[in-house]
Amino acid sequence: MNFETVIGLEVHVELSTNSKIFSPASTKFGGDPNTNTNVIDWSLPGVLPVMNKGVIDSGIKAALALNMDIHKSMHFDRKNYFYPDNPKAYQISQFDEPIGYNGSIEIELEDGHKATIRIERAHLEEDAGKNTHGTDGYSYVDLNRQGVPLIEIVSEADMRTPEEAYAYLTALKEAILYTGISDVKMEEGSMRCDANVSLRPYGQEAFGVKTEVKNMNSFSNVKKALDFEVDRQAKILRAGGEIRQETRRFNDKTGETILMRVKEGASDYRYFPEPDVPRFEISEEWVEQMRESLPMTAKARRAHYINDLALSDYDARQLTATKEVSDFFDQAIKFDTDPKLVSNWLQGEVAQYLNSEKKELHEIGLTPENLTEMIRLISDGTISSKIAKKVFIELAKNGGSAEEFVKKAGLVQISDPAVLLPIIHDVFAKNEQSVADYRGGKQNAAKALVGQLMKATKGQANPTVAQKLLYQELDNF
Amino acid sequence: MSYNNKSIKELHELLVNKEISALELTKATLSDISAREPQIDAFLKITEEKALQDAAAIDARGINPDVVTDGISIAVKDNIVTEGIETTAASKILGGWIPPYNATVANKLSESGLITIGKLNMDEFAMGGSGENSSVKPTKNAWDQTKVPGGSSSGSAASVASGQVRLSLGSDTGGSIRQPAAFNGIVGLKPTYGRVSRFGLIAFASSLDQIGPLAPTVEENAQLLNVISGFDKNDSTSSNVAVPDFTSKIGQDIKGMKIALPKEYFGEGIDEKVKEQILAAAKHLEKLGAIVEEVSLPHSKYGVAVYYIIASSEASSNLQRFDGIRYGYRAQDIKNLEDLYVKSRSEGFGPEVQRRIMLGTFSLSAGSYDKHFKKAGQVRTLIINDFAKVFEKYDLILGPTTPTPAWDLGARVDDPLSMYLADLLTIPVNLAGLPGISIPAGFADGLPVGMQLIGKRYDEETIYKVAAAFEATTDFHKKQPIIFGK
Repeated sequence: MNFETVIGLEVHVELSTNSKIFSPASTKFGGDPNTNTNVIDWSLPGVLPVMNKGVIDSGIKAALALNMDIHKSMHFDRKNYFYPDNPKAYQISQFDEPIGYNGSIEIELEDGHKATIRIERAHLEEDAGKNTHGTDGYSYVDLNRQGVPLIEIVSEADMRTPEEAYAYLTALKEAILYTGISDVKMEEGSMRCDANVSLRPYGQEAFGVKTEVKNMNSFSNVKKALDFEVDRQAKILRAGGEIRQETRRFNDKTGETILMRVKEGASDYRYFPEPDVPRFEISEEWVEQMRESLPMTAKARRAHYINDLALSDYDARQLTATKEVSDFFDQAIKFDTDPKLVSNWLQGEVAQYLNSEKKELHEIGLTPENLTEMIRLISDGTISSKIAKKVFIELAKNGGSAEEFVKKAGLVQISDPAVLLPIIHDVFAKNEQSVADYRGGKQNAAKALVGQLMKATKGQANPTVAQKLLYQELDNF
Repeated sequence: MSYNNKSIKELHELLVNKEISALELTKATLSDISAREPQIDAFLKITEEKALQDAAAIDARGINPDVVTDGISIAVKDNIVTEGIETTAASKILGGWIPPYNATVANKLSESGLITIGKLNMDEFAMGGSGENSSVKPTKNAWDQTKVPGGSSSGSAASVASGQVRLSLGSDTGGSIRQPAAFNGIVGLKPTYGRVSRFGLIAFASSLDQIGPLAPTVEENAQLLNVISGFDKNDSTSSNVAVPDFTSKIGQDIKGMKIALPKEYFGEGIDEKVKEQILAAAKHLEKLGAIVEEVSLPHSKYGVAVYYIIASSEASSNLQRFDGIRYGYRAQDIKNLEDLYVKSRSEGFGPEVQRRIMLGTFSLSAGSYDKHFKKAGQVRTLIINDFAKVFEKYDLILGPTTPTPAWDLGARVDDPLSMYLADLLTIPVNLAGLPGISIPAGFADGLPVGMQLIGKRYDEETIYKVAAAFEATTDFHKKQPIIFGK
């Protein structure tokens, strides 16, 4: 029997606000344990949560980016459960009035297949701390992450293949990334995904029993985990077995999913309205303000690059792979630079450099200003493409002005025949054999002389001018 | 020499005129405490050293003639967090906890020159109406040390009534300021919900809790409310409604004011002698020119049931943080994490607290939420509407504060339901978020009887105005228990 796969995804996205959702402590990642905490994060007796309004701004932006309706009157709820990383023993979340509901997103597979995935809801909540279990027999609690704002985006069970789930995550990441509310990095945990998967015979309307899969730290692992789980469930069903409702964890070393716990009925979190955080009224003006502040989507940028800037579809996709690169590109072309040249540099040297240094664009010295300045220096013949590579490394490492560096380092290209001719003659004098070979009919011998000339000028000779002069001198004998 | 019979205003004059220093006054207060405390047990902690230091510092900088509370001592209920001073809410589970921060009201006290002289006994986590749920010791009634002082602000009321301190802070979730104020014959006010910051008040029921003042007279009570009121950015439920001078209408004529007498507040379960005193008090206000008429608050009879669902539900969640992990009591010899939670909480919480945690957990659980918590919220709205309707026509609502005067220590400890009913008349005020006061209005069998005046939201001024008019023309507040003049 053949089965249809049914997949729904729950995605947690960390919102990049400076302070936490209900306390003024910093959200900075990677500090020593418990350094980014205060009395509120510790849930000391008597403390109260105070809403960071920036989180609601982010929530509205996410809802808009995912084509959702917004609960104009919205409240928070308490989700009660005991765990050491949950210091209040309740999480402040949203239960029956999530900020966004009834949304959708378009996905596109590599083979061009398109689909619309519905999004049930998106709600705001606080993250928990982190427990680690030491080898000394103690367990440790780090509350730095406690209270970091999250938005949880819950899809409908609309995906029918692991490929669709992959495409959904790609589209979701892009949509969120371009709102600027999060850096959405699954590897660093600012995007997390749990998958619900079940099988049913084709034609059957009711969903089969689902399992929940956790612990996937990349899109491709989500796909691998789903592939494995679909296969596992199909084997059980074909053998006449039954699927148990359970939570499984993905092991990226083996590519398998492993049983974590069996769900015995629904957990009772005793949700009730959070009495310490008053209801929020989200006005039409607030929503409009957020809509106007939203940056252009990736899709709109690609259309703009292709239609208005005459870039290829491939270039447009590469440039919009991250918002940072796309923003950089948009700024660079404001300086009247050829978009194609900027695009080539970003995809070529810049991408290579970032890759080898394991850095991001904002972490290096290159700016839209100095990159375009350098491109101008190449175009007007001040520096050669070869020298440009040297200049680029300097800009990437230390920043600053391209023009000043070129001047200071004496990298200006030599195009003046009056300067070049004596050097050419000097090269001839030192390489008499090569000159003789050329004149004797060995065309190739000239290449060695060009090489010597470039060496003598430390690569600064304008190659076109220098070659022309060199041949002229060789032939004018 | 004792100054416990002098009002804040009188003490202020002595201080400004340098007839007494803040240090001398503080020493006198400490000696008032040590003379009376053994019979009353109002304090969990007396912070003598710090109080004397604070007083000396005030003397060094000089008394501010514009701040009436400057250099005066106050005692604070132990569910109000005080930096560096052990704060336990009279619970074993918080034993030894030294807070690293101050409640907003604690900061406001010191900004107004008030010297915190100690932390006051209470029913554990403010749950109870007799003071007997303290994990440490029961406080005694100032008028008769065989009687309960009321609760949960037992120490707050008994310390003021017995002449130990002139001012105290309590908290009121269902009557916890007004009921002990009534039992001890002093003035206690629960402000409008949102009037006073709850930041640093150890939460019992977040949608009901409110910190408020206790004092021997109406004016002193209003002076203390002036100190603690106002919006706080650390408490989103505090209101930015303007804070008036709450003493400004004291002394004004009450002619023509419309006062409502809810018939439900004089019905079944109300002691005949209490009823008599309060009806006489209403007559007295009529003589002063007020118009007193009977009204109905038809849903008030559901108040106690609604309260015990809502308050216990919120409490069950608020008290989950006491898990033995980060602070407070942790059980020993535990096997695993669950064992740590269960044992720490079973050993750390007293029986009444555990009862309410169970009641609240049940009310919120799946299958029970709609029948209990949600339904209670709906009835709460009806109670709010009852009040709103009356306040369309009336300035104040008047009734007894409690159904009976103070009872014998131990008499109700095995009967929680009868204990709950003691808050019958105060609970609806919390459910509606309204301000309410209890002032001395008579005696029954030698024990004080309190009159409750309930006002419109943020209209504490009118309450004080009528309360002060009553006080100015009666002698009940002048009667003192024997221990006061000791």
